[in-house]
Amino acid sequence: MTTEQNIDEILIPILEHVSDPEIPVLSIMDMGVVRSAVIKNKIVYVEITPTYSGCPAMDVIGDDIKTVLKVAGYDSRIELILAPAWTTDWITPRGRKALEDYGIAAPLGAEADKDVLLNGKRIVKCTNCGSQNTRLVSQFGSTACKAQFQCDDCQEPFDYFKCLK
Amino acid sequence: MKNENLYNYILGIADNSLILGQRLGELTGHGPSLETDIACTNMSLDLFGQVRSYYQYAAKLKGGDATEDTIAFLRKERDYVNVLLVEQPDRDFAYTMARQFLFDVYHLLFLQELQKSHDITLTAIAKKSIKEVSYHQRFSTDWIKRLGDGTTVSHDKMQEAIDSLWTYTDELFHQTAADKAMVAEGIGVDVTALKVKYYSLVNAVLEEATLKIPESKWFQKGGKKGIHTEHFGYILSNMQYMQLAYPNMEW
Ligand SMILES: [Zn+2]
Repeated sequence: MTTEQNIDEILIPILEHVSDPEIPVLSIMDMGVVRSAVIKNKIVYVEITPTYSGCPAMDVIGDDIKTVLKVAGYDSRIELILAPAWTTDWITPRGRKALEDYGIAAPLGAEADKDVLLNGKRIVKCTNCGSQNTRLVSQFGSTACKAQFQCDDCQEPFDYFKCLK
Repeated sequence: MKNENLYNYILGIADNSLILGQRLGELTGHGPSLETDIACTNMSLDLFGQVRSYYQYAAKLKGGDATEDTIAFLRKERDYVNVLLVEQPDRDFAYTMARQFLFDVYHLLFLQELQKSHDITLTAIAKKSIKEVSYHQRFSTDWIKRLGDGTTVSHDKMQEAIDSLWTYTDELFHQTAADKAMVAEGIGVDVTALKVKYYSLVNAVLEEATLKIPESKWFQKGGKKGIHTEHFGYILSNMQYMQLAYPNMEW
């Protein structure tokens, strides 16, 4: 078992066209959910892994991958794999920036994440004004992968992408 | 069926999450506040996601026409083997959180052991689920403390919830024949070994929440053998309605 991705280089630009349906600014490549994509006998075999077990976006992502590969001239087989389990560490730096630009605070490291979610520490940066004077409103946000925060300087509510390790 | 013990063992794990997920899902649009409403339905979604992985695996073992959907929706009451705790109704928010907490503490301990299983599919599901369930436990633990150590009214409601759900906790540590067979093969978790740790974790939170630890030694059981409380038929009629009204329907 390996945490390395195995993706055929010519497929990368194609797969980058597929975005997370719940976070449209983020490609599935930057999200780190594509674990392998290889061509065998003109068929592309793709392995994707869910961010959260119940993530309803996975079926849509699978269908979207099939569609872009079809347009590029490939038939494909999509497999959902569970191991190794997805972690927020697999979001690329470009993905983190896309999240922030979209208004979702990117995940902190595991220890800092505990501090903000359990101990009320104010370090999550407001995506609107950049202040760290922010507080946790609820551990669950618009989806299971996010928590709700509010900025006490500009008052803007925003989502924080929880650390998953 | 080959691997019948493994099949039954998987149902024993997954049915708990299915029924608890259904209970939490009933709160959609009915939570006491927007945030708690969303939290409960998010936890429900996590549990359903985990259940799908277990049932897909079980369907593969069963073969024939079995799918995750037939296992979830087309069994009779006596064929569900979830513990009685998870089928208890949402009387009020204290009750919902007490039920969640009493299950989450068990669930996390269980998954920590299941990670070490010799069955690689179960190991993968456990490793995935454990990350989600840690958040559930944080959430429910937080509410036990907030309501327990809150106002007189919230304290009393939480105490009442803990007192009435306590009787369902012992069943978490009972073993079925399939459980014993799977433990012997290094696949299953020996739940009897989790009991002491479970009560010490639960009791520590209750104390911090200024709640009394129930003294009753009388415990209910039956769910693991398919003998359910009166609430269960209602859950099933709700949950199975679409499949019974429109057989083989798909989304
Ligand atoms: Zn701000």
